[in-house]
Amino acid sequence: MELFINQVLAGIATGAIYACMALAIVMIFQAIDHLNFAQGEMAMFATFIAWQLMQWGVPYWWAFLLTLIISFAGGVIIERLLFKPLAKAPVLTNVAGFIALFAIVNSVAGLIWDFTIKQFPTPFGSSPFLGSQLISTHQVGMIGVTLGLLIALFVFFRFTRIGLAMRAAAAMPESARLVGINTGWMVALGWGMASAIGAIAGILIAPVVFLEPNMMGGVLIYGFAAAVLGGLTSPLGAVLGGFLVGVFENLVGTYVPGVGNELKLPIALALIVIVLVVKPTGLMGHTVVKRV
Amino acid sequence: MSVLLSVHDLRAYYGQVQALHGLSFDLNEGSMTTLLGANGAGKTTTLRAICNMVRSTGPIQFEGKPLNGKSTENIVRLGIAHVPQGRGTFTTLTVEENLQLGAISRKDTKAITDDIERMYAHFPVLKQRHTQQAGTLSGGEQQMLAVARALMLRPRLMLLDEPSFGLAPLIVRDLFNILGKINREDKVSILVVEQNAQLALEIADKAYVIETGRIVMSGNAKEIANDESVRKSYLGY
Ligand SMILES: Nc1ncnc2c1ncn2[C@@H]1O[C@H](COP(=O)(O)OP(=O)(O)OP(=O)(O)O)[C@@H](O)[C@H]1O
Ligand SMILES: [Mg+2]
Repeated sequence: MELFINQVLAGIATGAIYACMALAIVMIFQAIDHLNFAQGEMAMFATFIAWQLMQWGVPYWWAFLLTLIISFAGGVIIERLLFKPLAKAPVLTNVAGFIALFAIVNSVAGLIWDFTIKQFPTPFGSSPFLGSQLISTHQVGMIGVTLGLLIALFVFFRFTRIGLAMRAAAAMPESARLVGINTGWMVALGWGMASAIGAIAGILIAPVVFLEPNMMGGVLIYGFAAAVLGGLTSPLGAVLGGFLVGVFENLVGTYVPGVGNELKLPIALALIVIVLVVKPTGLMGHTVVKRV
Repeated sequence: MSVLLSVHDLRAYYGQVQALHGLSFDLNEGSMTTLLGANGAGKTTTLRAICNMVRSTGPIQFEGKPLNGKSTENIVRLGIAHVPQGRGTFTTLTVEENLQLGAISRKDTKAITDDIERMYAHFPVLKQRHTQQAGTLSGGEQQMLAVARALMLRPRLMLLDEPSFGLAPLIVRDLFNILGKINREDKVSILVVEQNAQLALEIADKAYVIETGRIVMSGNAKEIANDESVRKSYLGY
């Protein structure tokens, strides 16, 4: 029983990170109808920026905040320079764009910071939480920061005018323009926010997986699995999917004989395929009806 | 009376296909003007060209200033509210959010709240349903919401594309009465596209008839309505 609770809690903690990645993926998907394969690499790069700032002596939370701002700006710039010109291009051109972005970010990070594994600090410590062996303080921190982020996003989209404008632009771009919304900038804003959310995920998971240019590979696939599970059109579904995938991953790794750590990733991929076959709209997504 | 909107030698293209072939008309400040014509005549395209939603040539002036080259959202921000064919409702958002969106380019947040109340007074059914998803409203209710959303801009000019489409005759009459009231009391100039020529001519002061991308007939709405030969040859009733 202890082991079970332990694994569920650990699953919720990593699930929080998958939820962030899934949310970032869904935000961009809502805005431009494409999957950002480079989301994980962007998050990794942001984590390196945070690490670099701390190396230069910037305290953790200031580095955290600065990284979010830089990531936000970076996301906006990437959209303006690379994907705005591709907006009307065919799907494959966009896919090529994402793969290019992935490769560029990955190798630039390797070039600047090399490929050796680095330690990444946690402000929460990694002692047992409240003396319990079930969950560590860093895991509680991961869950706490993610929940804080989710609440902030909810308030932003639900109660601010700019949040409303972003939802309108994502749902019906033509109608949005007809009420005076600059939908192009809403897309850029979505990129900025997705990029900052990814940065949070990277910074929170780095103490666990260690910092190196390929650190987000697995995390991104779980993030995709979560987004697909939740339905690519539903931010809430993405979050739920993240937690479910996190718990599922841990329980399968623990209880299904022969799975262990090596087979967990293929299982995430299998999950994506199964959801796409059985229920393409995911748990909470809706069918997108396009009028022509 | 001053000219609010003037369109001159308007040509519009969908890819290689030309849909408007040099169309000119004026709309006076405070007027309710109607564009009539059969399916495919180019009515929707004309409205879309005014808002730069289709590639076009030919000067379009609003309050004496050119609209050509401006983006759709900036044209709207000048005070041109466009209710497109199909209504353009934000179906996944609530009724009240739709109204909020109509005023999204305005800065006077206090007045916006008052205007929402005014819309509820105009259209009581919207108040009953203000937390409901707009997509769940009936066709008539959605049309009212679309008009209310457009009014939330506090527009100088309203472009309406077939507001009567799919509505029961009684509701159509209601809606047109409301439009007349808005035109007279709130001093909103209106350009309305209609297939229901009879009704449109009743409430409009000026009318233009379009055929295959050209204006073939224009004049005072009452005169056109009373001229049987014109009605028979151009409007088919
Ligand atoms: N997206 C498009 N692509 C190509 N051609 C188009 C497109 N939209 C309209 N057209 C063509 O342009 C012409 C004018 O169409 P438009 O929609 O303006 O007609 P309309 O007068 O609004 O008709 P209706 O009363 O049926 O709405 C038609 O011949 C139509 O086939
Ligand atoms: Mg039409």
